[in-house]
Amino acid sequence: MRGARMHRSTVENQTPDPATAPAEVGCVVGLEDVHVRLGERDVLRGVTARLRERRIGIVGANGSGKSTLARLLNGLVLPTHGTVRVDGLDTRRSGAQVRRRVGFVFSDPDAQIVMPTVAEDVAYSLRRSEHDRAVRDRLVADWLERHGLDGHADHPAHLLSGGQKQLLALTSVLVTSPRLVVADEPTTLLDLRNTRRVAALLSEIPQQVVLVSHDLDLMTGYDRVLVIDEGRVVADDEPAPAVAYYRRLLDERP
Amino acid sequence: MTPASAARPSTAAGTAGAYVVGRSLLHRAPAGPKLAALMVCSLALLLVRDAVGVGLAALAVVGLYGFAGLGWRSAWGQVRPLRMFLPVVFALQWWLMDLTSAAVLSTRLLVLVALAGLVTCTTRVADLLAAIERGLSPLGRVGVDVERIALVLALALRSVPVIADLAGRVRDAQRARGHERDVRAFAVPLVVGAMRQADALGEALRARGFDD
Repeated sequence: MRGARMHRSTVENQTPDPATAPAEVGCVVGLEDVHVRLGERDVLRGVTARLRERRIGIVGANGSGKSTLARLLNGLVLPTHGTVRVDGLDTRRSGAQVRRRVGFVFSDPDAQIVMPTVAEDVAYSLRRSEHDRAVRDRLVADWLERHGLDGHADHPAHLLSGGQKQLLALTSVLVTSPRLVVADEPTTLLDLRNTRRVAALLSEIPQQVVLVSHDLDLMTGYDRVLVIDEGRVVADDEPAPAVAYYRRLLDERP
Repeated sequence: MTPASAARPSTAAGTAGAYVVGRSLLHRAPAGPKLAALMVCSLALLLVRDAVGVGLAALAVVGLYGFAGLGWRSAWGQVRPLRMFLPVVFALQWWLMDLTSAAVLSTRLLVLVALAGLVTCTTRVADLLAAIERGLSPLGRVGVDVERIALVLALALRSVPVIADLAGRVRDAQRARGHERDVRAFAVPLVVGAMRQADALGEALRARGFDD
């Protein structure tokens, strides 16, 4: 693992146990020497990793490149150099197929909710896959109930609280049954109670999850945590040692 | 809209263009015919020039609001945007023509807006958009991307509260810094914020497979 080479305190990541990563819900994401240059800035500088664990955390300071790394996983950002493959599909050539497998949750749900009302936004996710209106409505109702939003189906999305908005954004992603859910700081705008709720939901879902967050507590119980610094993976380990490494890294900085 | 169950104190019942939950015949009627009826009624109303006709139309609209089970608050919410504009129109007409013409014209405008509001109050946005999409579908044959037009309409509706919220936050921030009436200090962050929001929305649409 590249990250492990860069710091001796990190250990080589163990080969994942196939039992913890069922093939039907997870993806194998392969990043190979990925560089991303945005304008004048090298945001990622040679990231190589193979992600197949069920729960993967990505931590790093602001501007470290962790959000860009997350966006690479569903082809929202394409590498300037190197390749990203999801189940063997190149994000550059098969972006649409990759996005059908990989759902994405943003930190600001207001940017992600595209339809005026709650039920309509969930239904929007199903517009391609489910043409029968009755079936679609039933699916939407079912999913809203599952996440405690059934009382708000016809409410304008802007009247929801911040936590409910994020739950709606998550519901609109999960309704498409992606294999992998990438969440980019989904709890940044939430209070403690809603942070716990979203975190609990993210740990309960059967899907594989890649969670980008500043909140190191959210990574407890995860299978693997990557620490990103200045565009590189500087640690890649189980949560406890990786988080400890990240804390040390922050302490060393002025 | 049932305000008591909303997450925050609801203002939606009094908001122009917001769907109000109901089970009336008007709610259950399909969106396409409702839009067509709105068009026909609006055109017919433009032909009515006497006070009696316009008065009857106004009564009919009030009746329809009652029939749809919509309260005064919902009705006021629909015509509220006219409250600054209508008195000016009325005064101008009175000055240029006479009192009756002024009353007829103002009432007609009020009835037109209330009628349109009645349709949006009793029709879910998704149904409205689907009806518009169906209505525009012949244009698809000449290369117009009808789905895209429908999405633009939905996004416009969705963006109103988001931008209003942003404007509120910018105003608060400016006030906190002592710029009470500085137009530039208000406009610049608002435009920058709106553009950032648009960028994020574009990214979210891609993530949700819009262009795939």
